[in-house]
Amino acid sequence: MIDMNDISKVYLVGDERVRALDRASLHIYPKEFVSIIGPSGSGKSTLMNIIGCLDVADAGAYRLDGLPIEAYSENELAAIRNEKIGFVFQSFNLIPKLTAWENVELPLIYQKVKRPERQQRVAAALERVGLTNRANHLPTELSGGQQQRVAIARAIVTNPKLILADEPTGALDSKTGQEIIDIFHELHAQGNTIVLITHDRDVAKQAERSVHILDGRITEVQL
Amino acid sequence: MMALKMALRSISSNKLRAVLTMLGIIIGVMALVVLVSLVNGATTSVTDAVSGLGNSMMSVTVSDDKGSPIDPALLNQWSERTDVGLLAPYWTDSATAHGREESGSVTLYGTTAAWYALQGLQMEMGRWLKTADIENHSYVCVLNNAAAEELMGYTDCIGQAVRLDGVEYTIVGVLYEEDGSLTSLSSGGMTVYLPYTSLLRLSDSLLGDVTRFYVSAPEGGTVDMAKTAITELLMERFEEDEEAFSVSTQDVLENAMSSITSVLTILLGGIAAISLVVGGIGIMNIMLVTVTERTREIGIRKAIGASRGTILSQFLMEAVVLCMLGCALGIFLSWAILQTVTTVVSSLEITFSLDGGVVLIAVLFCFVIGLVFGLYPANKAAKMKPIDALHYGG
Repeated sequence: MIDMNDISKVYLVGDERVRALDRASLHIYPKEFVSIIGPSGSGKSTLMNIIGCLDVADAGAYRLDGLPIEAYSENELAAIRNEKIGFVFQSFNLIPKLTAWENVELPLIYQKVKRPERQQRVAAALERVGLTNRANHLPTELSGGQQQRVAIARAIVTNPKLILADEPTGALDSKTGQEIIDIFHELHAQGNTIVLITHDRDVAKQAERSVHILDGRITEVQL
Repeated sequence: MMALKMALRSISSNKLRAVLTMLGIIIGVMALVVLVSLVNGATTSVTDAVSGLGNSMMSVTVSDDKGSPIDPALLNQWSERTDVGLLAPYWTDSATAHGREESGSVTLYGTTAAWYALQGLQMEMGRWLKTADIENHSYVCVLNNAAAEELMGYTDCIGQAVRLDGVEYTIVGVLYEEDGSLTSLSSGGMTVYLPYTSLLRLSDSLLGDVTRFYVSAPEGGTVDMAKTAITELLMERFEEDEEAFSVSTQDVLENAMSSITSVLTILLGGIAAISLVVGGIGIMNIMLVTVTERTREIGIRKAIGASRGTILSQFLMEAVVLCMLGCALGIFLSWAILQTVTTVVSSLEITFSLDGGVVLIAVLFCFVIGLVFGLYPANKAAKMKPIDALHYGG
């Protein structure tokens, strides 16, 4: 699924070159539930951006579901993100002016899915996260946990190959966070590939496999 | 369709700002539509007034009679036709007039009885020339009131005598001329009307051939009908030579009017267009603010798969919709203003109505302004990198 070899990414901070990723390699197979753990400043976010095709590496090769990501244009990457990846962010990243339903519907609109099919899929996704009765609420009218569940519904509505979660529990209390993790377990049980990025060991160890990132280098760990 | 819905929702989420943004466009459209409609309304009413003056007639000048000159009897024959109205030949000359009070140079018009009705003249006192005066070569004349006052000292001079180049004529009538009216402007000074038969005798230089005459529209018909008929008759007579004569309807004044007003329209329209452009800059300004404010939203949309084009069209649509809403409001307000003006000046009997042409121009112009001034902010939004936009402001 994810096939990363010797990925490097260098940022220029002032005059200083910061090596956010230093020849990092990562392999994740279909239907795996992998957590990536590391302290802040370890290159976690950069790794997540590159896995999520939001950013492109300076060096190395990255194949997502067999596609050589370096070779694609910005618009093509947008289409790849749309079809293959479902994002769940720490700060939910819902569009505040749109209702829960419309937020979930948005990726399907970008895929140009026809209206009847869209309605059916949005309803199914919301049901899966248990928010059918909240469909017409704006994000501001929902609790943090509910917002994150809307975000998960938005991530799964396109049936992506990969669900990429960046600190999905970071903004939630531990009980709500666990509920969110439980949803990921369910999704995993249903055959989804999940990559979960976190700095929280308790969260990370719930995955089948954990990798550790420190100073831009990745190592396999047993938690 | 989806983009339109999104644009409307985004605009309606901040109504006050939307209205303030549109204000420039609203005022610009109002300036354009109201000014141009006012000019058009005024033009229509003035043109109507001008055509009321003399649009029911035309003048004919024969420059080359090709050996078959027109005589007055032929004109009489032509005036029997149903597609022409009155015909009045005329000859002009000048003479020195000796009145009871003063002497002076006067313009002489030799014509027929038909002239009076054809020119729509009015008598101050006395009568106009009669057909009998023409037939008898009578030594009678009609003065305009300027001539009466100047030569005789007063207008009540019916029956008195005036000498034109030494020949004595009896005054039978004095014409009423409004000061500053168009007829007095075009004639000017002192004018004396004689039976043409009498003038031809008085004058050494004039010949009996008709070279100039007026034609009026037939009863219930138009000047164009008469023009067609007369042109046909003259073409036949003068060996199909268009150069031999000229027929001119009295719309010269109207043409002058319309060229003045079209310049005025362009001028005012240009000024209004500038205010529309200023309104467009206001739209661009707010769109730039909006793009910055919504950086995070742009990032989210891009992350979940919006392409550059999608973002571009979303923001462009917003700018265009803002402009078009402003345009619609502006047109509505213009309509209200024009209605009010029409009511207020109802005594003038001028109707100011929305001019379809200028409304169309306003709509197209607003659309173009929305596109042009929306493009830069929309492109700025579209070019944002998803990670930069996502992490903007936390």
